[in-house]
Amino acid sequence: MLSILRAVWTVFLHLFKRKVTVLYPEERPRIPPRWRGRIILSRDPDGQERCVACHLCAVACPVGCIALQAAEDEYGRRYPEFFRINFSRCIFCGFCEEACPTYAIQLTNDFEMSEYHRHNLVYEKQDLLISGTGKYPGYNFYKVAGLSIKGKDKGENENELPPVDVKGLMP
Amino acid sequence: MGKTVPETIRHLIIVFGVLAVMMSIAAGLIWVERRLLGFWQDRYGPNRVGPFGILQPLADMIKVFAKEDWVPPFADRPVFILAPAIIVVTVLLAFAVVPFAPSISVADLNVGLLYFLALSSLGVYSVALGGWASDNKYALIGALRASAQMISYEVFMGLSLMGVVMLAGSFNLRAIVEAQRRLWFVVPQFFGFVIFLIAGVAETHRLPFDLPEAESELVAGFHSEYSGMKFGLFFVGEYLGITLISALIATFFFGGWLGPLLPPAVWFFIKTFFFIGVFILLRATLPRPRYDQLIRLGWKVMLPLALANLVVTGGIILAAG
Ligand code: SF4
Ligand code: SF4
Repeated sequence: MLSILRAVWTVFLHLFKRKVTVLYPEERPRIPPRWRGRIILSRDPDGQERCVACHLCAVACPVGCIALQAAEDEYGRRYPEFFRINFSRCIFCGFCEEACPTYAIQLTNDFEMSEYHRHNLVYEKQDLLISGTGKYPGYNFYKVAGLSIKGKDKGENENELPPVDVKGLMP
Repeated sequence: MGKTVPETIRHLIIVFGVLAVMMSIAAGLIWVERRLLGFWQDRYGPNRVGPFGILQPLADMIKVFAKEDWVPPFADRPVFILAPAIIVVTVLLAFAVVPFAPSISVADLNVGLLYFLALSSLGVYSVALGGWASDNKYALIGALRASAQMISYEVFMGLSLMGVVMLAGSFNLRAIVEAQRRLWFVVPQFFGFVIFLIAGVAETHRLPFDLPEAESELVAGFHSEYSGMKFGLFFVGEYLGITLISALIATFFFGGWLGPLLPPAVWFFIKTFFFIGVFILLRATLPRPRYDQLIRLGWKVMLPLALANLVVTGGIILAAG
């Protein structure tokens, strides 16, 4: 009986405790820098699309919400013809970012993407592609990959090792 | 009643005034309860609709009216529709005898207390018939629990008030309040008060005695099959019931409208709202007992206690002459 009264009193005292609620639109929650939010596609430092349309992100995605179509430009550089993420299915696991060999796909710390209609959550390439480099400012996949593209042959860049002679016997 | 015209108009104003006030209190309690529960759980509760969220009941009302009013095809249709109305009607009828102030009460019955007890037992028909007509086993279990709970707790609810009746020498609620001018009955009738409070919680089947609905075991108990405004009516009935029991606790044990300075009706509402707060606090604190514990508490603890209280009170009154 006494314990019941004590419990009632304890609960009553909670009237004067600090509330744990974050009053969201007025009061912003603290978002950590590695938050996994809205997904973007980033560009090279020289402004070209990083994505090489390798489909690795689409394969890694556990819910299969990434769709893309590969294409090649006149210099043999691959790029996605379309790139579509269905955010109504995305679980923001970040696997796509981990799978991407070129740091093209990145998760940002924006989470405010509510919509009144489900189909508005399907983002196309023009919605995803940003003009900057995202989280990795200096990185350029083609400069370290040992591939020949416009204006650079294999191993010509200062970061690059000369290409491996696959036919030689010497180490 | 053979009264003059102004007299009749005054009566009508009181009748409709009480009806309007009670309905708005029942609606407002939705907000009060959710806010208070929020505070007691370190949250804010609904605070978005209107200033401090005070228009939340309005939003809830719009929602509940816009819901599909669905009657399950297997239900006993007329009874299913009638059941939610019964609880609201009986509780509203019971308000007829509550004296809000010396001159404000709908009816000044000389058996007011018995009238209240009778109507509060009629209220169980709502739950029992609703559960029965739903033709759903969870609803039926809820209804049966409600009936058993009502029978057990009704007994000593009546007994706990007999001490008050003996002290006041009347069944008339106004006379009972007048008899407390010198001393509130909570002092000589402390056990009566505690028993009545517990019985009242059980009577309105509020937590911790909400065995008839017991979400964690019975889906939603007797109102599992209800939706839309029919479901809403059960809730209006529940909130009206809380208000009624709180008002009666204030009347029987805390001197009703009596109090210094402020006008009588204000005192009455302060006391009533205090007990409504107690009801909500109990809900915020206590877990639900098992069903057999509930019945055992009723018959083995509360009933003997109520009887002992009655005997001792009677003895003292007899000894005092
Ligand atoms: S975050 Fe996860 S679910 Fe969302 S697109 Fe990337 S891999 Fe798929
Ligand atoms: S975003 Fe990355 S992983 Fe996905 S297709 Fe483009 S390069 Fe490959």
